Amino acid sequence: MAKHNITMTINGESVSAEVDSRLLLVHFIRENLDMTGTHIGCDTSSCGACTILIDGKSVKSCTYLAVRADGANITTIEGIAADGTNHPLQKAFHDQHGLHCGFCTPGMIMRSIDLLETNPNPTEEEIRWGISGNLCRCTGYNNIVKSVQQAAEEMSKEKEATV
Amino acid sequence: MIPANFDYHKATSLEEAIALSQELGDEAKYMSGGHSLLPMMKLRFATPEHIIDISKIEGLSYIKEDGDILKIGAMTTQSEIEHDPLLKSNYPIFGDAVWLTADPAVRNFGTIGGNIAHGDAANDQPALMLALRATIIAEGVDGEKAIPIDDFFHGFYMTALEPGDILTEIQIPKAKANSGGAYHKVERKVGDYATAGVAVHIELDGDGVCQEIGIGLTNVSAVPMRLERGEEVLRGHKVTDALIAQVGQIASEDCEPESDLRGSEAYKRSIVNTITKRMLNKALERARN
Ligand SMILES: Cc1cc2nc3c(=O)[nH]c(=O)nc-3n(C[C@H](O)[C@H](O)[C@H](O)COP(=O)(O)OP(=O)(O)OC[C@H]3O[C@@H](n4cnc5c(N)ncnc54)[C@H](O)[C@@H]3O)c2cc1C
Ligand code: FES
Ligand code: FES
Repeated sequence: MAKHNITMTINGESVSAEVDSRLLLVHFIRENLDMTGTHIGCDTSSCGACTILIDGKSVKSCTYLAVRADGANITTIEGIAADGTNHPLQKAFHDQHGLHCGFCTPGMIMRSIDLLETNPNPTEEEIRWGISGNLCRCTGYNNIVKSVQQAAEEMSKEKEATV
Repeated sequence: MIPANFDYHKATSLEEAIALSQELGDEAKYMSGGHSLLPMMKLRFATPEHIIDISKIEGLSYIKEDGDILKIGAMTTQSEIEHDPLLKSNYPIFGDAVWLTADPAVRNFGTIGGNIAHGDAANDQPALMLALRATIIAEGVDGEKAIPIDDFFHGFYMTALEPGDILTEIQIPKAKANSGGAYHKVERKVGDYATAGVAVHIELDGDGVCQEIGIGLTNVSAVPMRLERGEEVLRGHKVTDALIAQVGQIASEDCEPESDLRGSEAYKRSIVNTITKRMLNKALERARN
């Protein structure tokens, strides 16, 4: 079957590769690029562990072809800390004990970045709904919600400071 | 799970996509968001030999009123529908439905055209389309065609779209004064397909008499289903609690659910009855405001 040459930007760096039509984006990221922060949980588009950003929008990368991402701007969990400083969501998950085993955490954080981008001041209900496509088997979600709340506050403050 | 082998082709215009589909034949499938197709391919429920990616075709993502018609481009994503100001203010039925469809990350890439073209009675948009009396616009080998929604759904994953046809636009009569719609579905968990769902669109005259009514049912028959007998009961009449109760009863009788993991046939009939009544009341409330 035909191979395709693709080029995309991942976490600010340009990468090119030759891939099969059927290669899924999550496998491309984990196996071709060795970035294993993006996890595979259910493999059926249900759990959100594989969530990444494509042109700023959260997507379950187990349901996206690598070849379709040709030309895209992709962000994974590896790409969100700036110059050694954790992203406000990373800091908040740490402060609020938003994780236990941490398997769901990269997906939770990537999904929450998109959520806070479209809705900077979400209510608790909106947060719970916003991460409803991301499953966590450990935490019971309460601390995850608190983490997103803390990050929302911090990111709003940051925004105000830069205006 | 990795899909079986296939060849990927990217189309950048409708003409290119249709020509590719003609050249590649029966074993080619279009892909928009891929959020229905890829999961099926991973499970080997679908094994197309060629995928024609139509998601990069520009100009098919829009929501606008044009004269008496609301036009929605097929490639409009479910997220765009959720956040659109015109739909929020004048067509709240879309918000009801999309809020209950999959989850936000899936809605970022799933399209309204794909949701309808998939021909799955479990998808949510078909019931809305039936209630709102949509016309489906498709572009194919022989040019453009308009398909009334009542002629669109043919069977299990089968629609009136012929090989090569691309669904390009959905047309819906513009919302009139004193009209309102509502949708609800019962699901086992967030993001699940409907156990059963009901879409209602109602138009009243100044005296509160029902001029037009559309009722569509989700996932309680092999194809998305219009509740014709229920609509007849209301059309031309002042809507009373007694008539609403009668329509709920008819809905539970006329739907054709099967017992499965989501519930027994009797349970599904009973929830169809209940949601039909609730959505009639909700649509009426919206029509009166
Ligand atoms: C976890 C999960 C949960 C979901 N839950 C729900 C739910 O609760 N309710 C619901 O309604 N949906 C649900 N979906 C499906 C989701 O809404 C789909 O994205 C949508 O139904 C299909 O849109 P798509 O653009 O992804 O279509 P694709 O997957 O790209 O295509 C689906 C089918 O339609 C054809 N097609 C696509 N676009 C066109 C076109 N323009 N012209 C002609 N043919 C076309 C394709 O060939 C294919 O056969 C869920 C999906 C996932 C992954
Ligand atoms: S691994 Fe992609 S959603 Fe679960
Ligand atoms: S922390 Fe373990 S799955 Fe969420």
